[in-house]
Amino acid sequence: MQETDAIADARREIEVCNACRYCEGFCAVFPAVELKREFSAGDLSYLANLCHGCRGCYYACQYAPPHEWGINVPRSLALVRDQSYAEYAWPPRLAGAFARNGVTVAASIAAGIALMLLLTIGFVSDAALYGAHKVVPGSFYQVIPLWMMQLVGVATFGFSLVALGMGAARFWRDAGTPAPIGPRAVLTAVHDALSLKNLGGGGGGCNDNSERFSLRRRYLHHAMMYGFLLCFAATCTGFYDHAILGLAAPYPFLSAPVLLGTLGGIGLLVGTFGLFAMKLVADPGPTARELLGADVALLALLFFAALTGIALLALRGTGGMGIALAVHLGVILALFVTLPYSKMVHGVYRAAALLRAAAEHRVGVGG
Amino acid sequence: MPDLSKPYDVLVAGGGNAALCAAITARQNGASVLLIESAPRAFRGGNSRHTRNLRAMHTGPTGVLTEAYLEDEYWDDLKRVTGGNTDEALARMTIRASAGVFGWMKESGVQFQPSLTGTLNLSRTNAFFLGGGKALVNAYYLTAERLGVDILYDSEVLALHLDNGTVRQADITHKGFPRTVTARCVVAASGGFQANLDWMRQYWGDAVDNFVIRGTPYNRGRILKNLLDQGVAPVGDPTQCHAVALDARAPKFDGGITTRLDSVPYSIVVNRDGERFYDEGEDVWPKRYAIWGRLIAQQPGQIAYSVCDAKSVPLFMPSVFPAMVAPTLEALAGKLGLDPAKLVATVERYNQAVAEDAAGRFNNTKLDGCATQGLEPPKTNWARRIDKAPFTGYPLRPGITFTYLGVRVNDRARVLMEDGRPAGNLFASGEIMAGNILGKGYLAGFGMTIGTVFGRIAGEEAARHARN
Ligand SMILES: Cc1cc2nc3c(=O)[nH]c(=O)nc-3n(C[C@H](O)[C@H](O)[C@H](O)COP(=O)(O)OP(=O)(O)OC[C@H]3O[C@@H](n4cnc5c(N)ncnc54)[C@H](O)[C@@H]3O)c2cc1C
Ligand code: SF4
Ligand code: SF4
Repeated sequence: MQETDAIADARREIEVCNACRYCEGFCAVFPAVELKREFSAGDLSYLANLCHGCRGCYYACQYAPPHEWGINVPRSLALVRDQSYAEYAWPPRLAGAFARNGVTVAASIAAGIALMLLLTIGFVSDAALYGAHKVVPGSFYQVIPLWMMQLVGVATFGFSLVALGMGAARFWRDAGTPAPIGPRAVLTAVHDALSLKNLGGGGGGCNDNSERFSLRRRYLHHAMMYGFLLCFAATCTGFYDHAILGLAAPYPFLSAPVLLGTLGGIGLLVGTFGLFAMKLVADPGPTARELLGADVALLALLFFAALTGIALLALRGTGGMGIALAVHLGVILALFVTLPYSKMVHGVYRAAALLRAAAEHRVGVGG
Repeated sequence: MPDLSKPYDVLVAGGGNAALCAAITARQNGASVLLIESAPRAFRGGNSRHTRNLRAMHTGPTGVLTEAYLEDEYWDDLKRVTGGNTDEALARMTIRASAGVFGWMKESGVQFQPSLTGTLNLSRTNAFFLGGGKALVNAYYLTAERLGVDILYDSEVLALHLDNGTVRQADITHKGFPRTVTARCVVAASGGFQANLDWMRQYWGDAVDNFVIRGTPYNRGRILKNLLDQGVAPVGDPTQCHAVALDARAPKFDGGITTRLDSVPYSIVVNRDGERFYDEGEDVWPKRYAIWGRLIAQQPGQIAYSVCDAKSVPLFMPSVFPAMVAPTLEALAGKLGLDPAKLVATVERYNQAVAEDAAGRFNNTKLDGCATQGLEPPKTNWARRIDKAPFTGYPLRPGITFTYLGVRVNDRARVLMEDGRPAGNLFASGEIMAGNILGKGYLAGFGMTIGTVFGRIAGEEAARHARN
């Protein structure tokens, strides 16, 4: 990580925290701070990605603005986090995608949809595109040929996975040599990531917009995250049905891919919409307004992915299916392409940070 | 804005822990309550917002405390730190009551850290608030609001008009405008007077200009003075205050806990003339923490410098300000603004007095008896040579935590008049009456215990009295 104003601010604040330590029960960040006395830019990037932004330490801080020290850990770490996304981006020349991330993601969605529409219109006869379809195996592929779905899907998703992996490796190296990772650390990290233990884990939840605590954000994030994972599971089961069992989509409503996808889609809709609504009423104090674009862009992307998926389910027996399919696949394409260049990366870095914290904490406590 | 023309059952003057405990309890007992806090909302909570724990008696492990801490041990600890300057009956009552506060605190929204996770090794005697004192204060304000306590920020109680031991009326300012309030009962919970530098100056002279006030600038003792002027019985030595050694770069007010410096036992401390003036290794730091403020206050310019070498730096918690570090003692003296020749001479004299085998015997986890020989003043523990570059120094100033002067109360938190009669409708809790029990010294976590126990009693008594 480069030395920037964001790093310098975060360092000053974290050093105050290290002399204070009142917040040590809130989350994994403070115990990690206590293991050190000096903080390199890489250390701060690690701490920033470990922070879940629950804001507990802002409302509890006796040095929060308007105190002359103006300690605002959630905001300072959010800015470092944002810087880290750009710095670890791979290939590095795409780091600029994070600069105005809202625009980047929105443009990707538009481009994805436009591309899919053009391709379908170019490749497919009007009858196949606009005709009323029966929900029979193979009807999707009359609109968009299977080989094209597979090619585009595998290419974009595959590339994104590689880019995410490269970013994660850069993040991991930047924070220095970690403590040895044992199975206990892995289990702890997986548990902490899946339960979002640190999202208001210390007490009664997050501070949404005041000193009051609630678990709303954690539950909405759960809806979104597990919704996303269910949709991913739907894709995998679909692939299994197709590739192994030789069944062609679309599948009946009471099949694994459709049920998982529907459930996941509803989770995504609820989660993303709820989180968006919470942003509208959030206290600007502990938030980094300049990062709102990236946050909202990802929420919107996931929301549209779910919405168009459900629309496709509703329209798949009608003349609207062709367009619905193209639009849905366009959004999914945008999701795949922007995966490593959107706030989506937070999941990867945060999981890595949790793993490092779990390993270090065991060493810190035991030795 | 609440309607101030109607009388309240209970008026609570103050907005820290003691005030909130009283206000919530009074409301829970059916009283209408007005709480008046002189700080604006962002700085509400007095010194309580800087605290981190409370000391509680317990007979066995609880979720937040390990092992047991029984009445007699607690009382012994208190007797020791106060040198007997306490009231045994009141103290024992407070100690016993401390065992019963957790349920109520948790119901009122306070969260605790699980035991054994605390930074300081106090998890047997002290329960740590999750997020510290400001989180506790926030929780209490939320509860008070939910229960319907009326709260005025930015409002100061100027005077409580006593007539034959009964408060008839209170003069206040609200956002700068004068108002009057009537209430059937009043709880005074407005802390000490340490932030009133003019008052402090009466006892300390111009040295106060070099004092740092660790907590809120709003504890100016206005109500305390007003009550003492009207025949309320005083308690505690007015000239005394709890003073610790702080990093001299601390802000004048509200620097809180992070400006404290624990380097003294592992360093030598010199005054601005470069001379040592007291045994730095007299006892373990928690026990000596509170004498160093006074010691520094008595030095010229109320400033001192802690000087140590690279061996000692890892042994104490970092202060919030960067250490001053230099490759040589001369250079360090320059950074600290000391005469280099003087500092070097003092360190040399000290190094010569260090025992030959000190390096082998040094043990920072106990009183290691590693003492200087033939040095005045001696350093009686942890005396090692200061010789490993780089050298580190911190400037120190006296930091005032609270004052001891207060109002006398009985075991029902009722304020007593000079003639020994209880006041008709006036109660007190927290720092403003802590001198009844803590006449001298300090026991970590006991301030919050007194405020919680007496706040609850005051709230209950005031509500009952108001309804009769
Ligand atoms: C840095 C620091 C750390 C501490 N740590 C601990 C700890 O860990 N544990 C512990 O037990 N104790 C600790 N103490 C001591 C502790 O802060 C006090 O014992 C305790 O807070 C006293 O509570 P209180 O409600 O009486 O006073 P305060 O919390 O100081 O509240 C007094 C209130 O009265 C208000 N006020 C004053 N004058 C007026 C007026 N005229 N009108 C209206 N309102 C007025 C003030 O604004 C303030 O809100 C610490 C103190 C400091 C400075
Ligand atoms: S956020 Fe504030 S209260 Fe919490 S540890 Fe940091 S300085 Fe202390
Ligand atoms: S996770 Fe919450 S408590 Fe921890 S640093 Fe981030 S905002 Fe603060």
